[in-house]
Formats: sequence, C-alpha cells, structure tokens
Amino acid sequence: MRKVIIGNHALSYGAMLSRAQVIAAYPITPQTEVIELLSEMCANGELDAKFIKVESEHSAMTACVGASATGVRTFTATSAQGLALMHEVLHWAVGARTPVVMGNINRAMAPPWTIWTEQTDSLSQRDTGWMQIYCQNNQEVLDSVIQAYKVAEQVKLPAMVILAAFVLSHTSETVEMPEQEKVDEFLPPYELEYKIDPDDPHAFGGLTGPDGYFELRYIIQKAIEDAIPKWEEVGEEFGKLFGRSYGLVETYKIEDAKELIISSATVASTARSAIDYLREKGKKVGLLRIRVFRPFPAEKVKSLLSAIDKAIVIDRNISFGASGIFYQEVKAACYNEKNKPPIFGVITGLGGRDVGKKDIIDIYEYVMKQDKVESDIIWKGVRV
Amino acid sequence: MKLSIPEEEIMGHGHLACQGCGAALAMRYALKAFGRNTVMTFPACCWSVIDGPFPHSAVNVPLFHTCFEAAASTASGIKAGFDAQGKDVNVVAWAGDGGTYDIGIQALSGAAERNDDIIYVCYDNEAYMNTGVQRSGSTPYLSWTTTTPVKHPKQRPKKDIVSIMAAHRIPYLATASVAFPEDMITKFKKAKDIKGTRFLLVFSPCPPGWRANPENTIKLAKLAVLTRVFPLIEVENGRVWKLTKKVRTVKPVSEYLKLQGRFRHLSEDDVAVIQENTNKDWEILMDKVGEKD
Repeated sequence: MRKVIIGNHALSYGAMLSRAQVIAAYPITPQTEVIELLSEMCANGELDAKFIKVESEHSAMTACVGASATGVRTFTATSAQGLALMHEVLHWAVGARTPVVMGNINRAMAPPWTIWTEQTDSLSQRDTGWMQIYCQNNQEVLDSVIQAYKVAEQVKLPAMVILAAFVLSHTSETVEMPEQEKVDEFLPPYELEYKIDPDDPHAFGGLTGPDGYFELRYIIQKAIEDAIPKWEEVGEEFGKLFGRSYGLVETYKIEDAKELIISSATVASTARSAIDYLREKGKKVGLLRIRVFRPFPAEKVKSLLSAIDKAIVIDRNISFGASGIFYQEVKAACYNEKNKPPIFGVITGLGGRDVGKKDIIDIYEYVMKQDKVESDIIWKGVRV
Repeated sequence: MKLSIPEEEIMGHGHLACQGCGAALAMRYALKAFGRNTVMTFPACCWSVIDGPFPHSAVNVPLFHTCFEAAASTASGIKAGFDAQGKDVNVVAWAGDGGTYDIGIQALSGAAERNDDIIYVCYDNEAYMNTGVQRSGSTPYLSWTTTTPVKHPKQRPKKDIVSIMAAHRIPYLATASVAFPEDMITKFKKAKDIKGTRFLLVFSPCPPGWRANPENTIKLAKLAVLTRVFPLIEVENGRVWKLTKKVRTVKPVSEYLKLQGRFRHLSEDDVAVIQENTNKDWEILMDKVGEKD
C-alpha cells in the first residue's frame, strides 16, 4: 500500500510498524507532527505503546533509557535545541547500552532563533556513540527506523534517524508502507540480555574506577565497529523482503567517474540531478552519498576515493574553527592512503538556505578550475 | 507481639556510608517497607557511592544509576517499561536533596503533574554532601556549608518542597525521619499501595556535613521533630494535611542547633530568629492541618 505522507509521519509510521512499546517525547518545531501522530496511534489503539508526555527532552531521553533497560523497544523524536538538551543523556544511552531509536529533524541551532535545516545539531553529537543515519527521502526515513531497531538491538547501541527540517519533515512524498506481518518477520520482539529485573537484581552504571572504565569504552568501540557490516547486512535483508536495499553509502554514476561529489541527506539527493546534467555535458562525475555517518564507513570512502582525480565534499554544517564535518571525516579517512585525490570542502545552505541543482553545478565547475586545495572551506552562497 | 517493622533485611552489609549516616538507615527501612519486588533508580547523590563500586551493590534490588536531574523521569520510563510488559513492580526514584530540590525538580514536577505511577524518595541531608557539603535549596537558614562560609552563611530559608509537591495534587506525600522508623515504615507501606506519584521526604542527618557527632544521628533526627523544625506529616491529594507525630513537650530549637557545627557561629539573636521562623512555619502548617496545638 502506498501513502502520501510527510517525513515526520514517516518517522511515526516507522515507530508504529516497529512496535515501539514506550514512547517519551517533548514537542519542538519542526518535529511536532511525529509525536502528534504517535499520540493518535496510541489513543486509538493502532499502536500498543505507553506514551509519556514528558516536560523536556532531557526527560524524554532519560525515560527512554530507563524503559529500554527493562527490555522494551523505545522511541522518541526531537530537533536542534531539544537534541542539545539531551546531550548528557545521549552519552548515558550509549554507556548503559540501551538501543533507543530516535528521530532527529535537522534544524539549525539558536541564537538567533531559527527553525530551518542544517546538520550541526546532530553532527555535534558525533562523539556520543549514537549511530547516525542521514536520509534523503521519506521512504528512506520510514525504512531506516525499522532497520535502526534491528541494528541497534544487535549491537546494543542507540541510533538516530535523521531528516532535514521542512525539506523532508513537512514535504509530502509517496511512501510504500511495509506490511506489518513482514516487518514483524524482519524485526522480531526485542530480547535484552541484561535488563532490570526484580527476579535477578543487578546494579547498572555503578561507580567504576580506572581499572574498569577503560575496557567498557573499548567494548563500545568494538560494538559500533561491529555495526558497520550489520548496516550492510540489515539493509540487504530489508531489500530482499521489501524490494528496497540500503547500505552504509549510496553511489550514483561512479563507474567511470573521475570526480566524486560527496554529500549526505537531501543535498545528496539534489546532487543526483546536478550529476545528470553534468553527465549530459560529458563530465565524468559521480555521487557518493554517505547514509550512515556513525559508524563512519571509512573503508568504503577510502576505496571509492582511491580511483578518482578530485573529490568535493558538500557540507550543510560547520565545526567552527575547523571546517565542514563530513569533509573532516572524509579527509581523515583518506589521510594514510597512498592513492587519494585532492579533497575540496564546500560549506553551503546553512540555516536552511536553499541548495539547488544549479548551486551544485556551480560548485563542481568552480572546483574543476582549482589545481589544489587552498583552504579547508569553500563558501558557496554566503553573502559577504 | 506483631512486629511493626519487617524483620527481613534486604539491604546488605558492606555499604560505603559514613559513620552515623542517616541516608543509610533511610534505605534500610525503606527496603523493609517496599520489599523485594522493587526497582530503584539513583541520580548522582551520596547513595551513588554508598551502594558500593562496580560490581558491588548493597541494595539487593535492581538499581539503575541515572544522571543528576533525571531520577523522576528515569523512574517514569522504567515504570512504563514494566507496564508495557504487564509486570507490576514498585519503581522508586531515590534521590538526595540536591537531586530533588534543585537540579531534579523539573523532572520531579513533570512526573508529579502527570501522576506517573512512581515512588519518589528524597533523603534530605540539607546540602550537597557527596561533593563535600555545598549549599543546596534544602540547606536551612544561616547554616554553614563550604559554599556558605560562616562570614556569609545561607541567607535564605530551606525551600518548602512539601508545599511544592502538595501543590501538584499528588495522591500521597509524607515526611519521615530515621528517628521514627515505625512512623516511616507505616508511611512507606501506605505509599507502596497507592497508585500515582508518591513523594516521601526523609530527614537524614549527615554527621560529616553537619559537623555533628556520628553517635548523635538519631538524637538530631528526633530533636528536629521535637523542636518542630521538621514536622512529621502526610498530605493526601494535596488537600488533606495530617500531623502524624504530635509533640507533647516542644523543645527549643537551640537544643537541636547546638549539637551541630554547621550552626556553631550563630549568635543568640540568630537562634531567636530561627525559633521565631520555626514558630511561624508551625502556625502555617497548623492552618493546613486544621487543628490547633
């Protein structure tokens, strides 16, 4: 069955089809439709979940972490300021090894107050240990929620499914709705190995000194590394059942490519049409869309970049004092490689300024005229 | 004779509390009342340490440590998790006064307003004791702490958390004292059998933080009640206020204050002001309770 739904509702349907059992959420523009629909689903019995309408995002995440530790599937959604308020608890979810799944609508951070899209909110959480999936359309949003539970529950780490404010959150698209029986087959009930259980009492998260904490961090890193093949396996398995396969990255027209445009989310989706145009003009350019940002698909990036002449990373985010964040990651992954192209970093579209096909064509043409990387940031579209 | 205090000791030996710790006694009694079908969550507080370092735990019921401001919301989540599985478990948020009066009040207020089915216990030792005796919203007027030195002791009264919680119209709230274990256990058992948010405030002397002799813990807790500094009450639905311990011979506050180094700097005038404030607060309480005493 197909439905025309906004990206926010794709998150809600993803949580519903995954049979989330506890939801705790707090409203923030542009996320509200996610929790409004979930409230209705819980009220009318479509979804058998406890919905805690908490008084803050901090409480939303702590409630999800607490519920998850009892062995149930949990869901929340937020954006920008709300995600920043959760920051402490994002670390807690990882340290407590609770596979919470959350939707985050990429919105730029205040001040000044703004509600339009940018990725700096979620990318600021990159070192927490949350897995991060950047989606390019509403179908992928819904499908990624289901996959996120599957991977998260296997590696016992939380996952964030991310979509652009308004560009996806409030844009209606046709979405194929997976059948519940098939989702149940794909995602069986959640079984947690270690959980809060009065019949088997344990303390979780008690004081741990230098002789124990280090190893726990090592184990988390191993778990998130394990998630790298799991995202591929789960994405393929999903494809077999539902006809739509996913991986860590997506490539487009790369077979004979001399140059690669690297981006994420909806900017990458727009880049596809820019590439079509450039291909018609005889340019040998392809696209690398990074879907899973954490764990970072470094091996994929390295091998794809080993055979090209130039790479252009387009970031709708910024790490002040450094550069675009996807750019840093791509550059870092390739640094020790023998065969690596010059990597150009472009920052554009901050605070939701539109990034269109022509902008990406302009970026490509500008970079083609450069012999070497002069600066870590090429600003595109800033009016200064 | 029927024992009014359950004999079973759920709390284990080997906890890390200081000598004379009121909070350790509070936990021992609380677990006797709640029983083993209980899950606890602790925010940062003395009990995060008292329970013992990983892999040890003294409480012998499941314990989920959580962040400082999140005892109530974590408990709400745990309760929802059990509800979703059809399991009936007492879920207890167990926090100090810092985690209750100050940093945790938002989550506590949220849970209480929603009337989430949790028991929230605040063991009140009137300062941030785990971090080394810094003032909290619960620290009493003119008390010394490491952040309110004797040259500038605390200038504001202890926050009236009981009235704040009563204003949430929660089904049950009570104050208790480690010096009155029967009263405490009666209230904790009563709380256990009520649905909705239950708030229990336990007066828990802290000898190192109060600069008091560890052997005086019970004496101090008793004097706090006998001087009307810490009345033992119950409030149902925010409206019905009840005094559970009537004091026949009221003692002057000076008897309570003089056993504690944190009040050593007080002048006679200071003590007189504290006595006057205590008397006024008592009158306000009597208005709520609806009786003259």
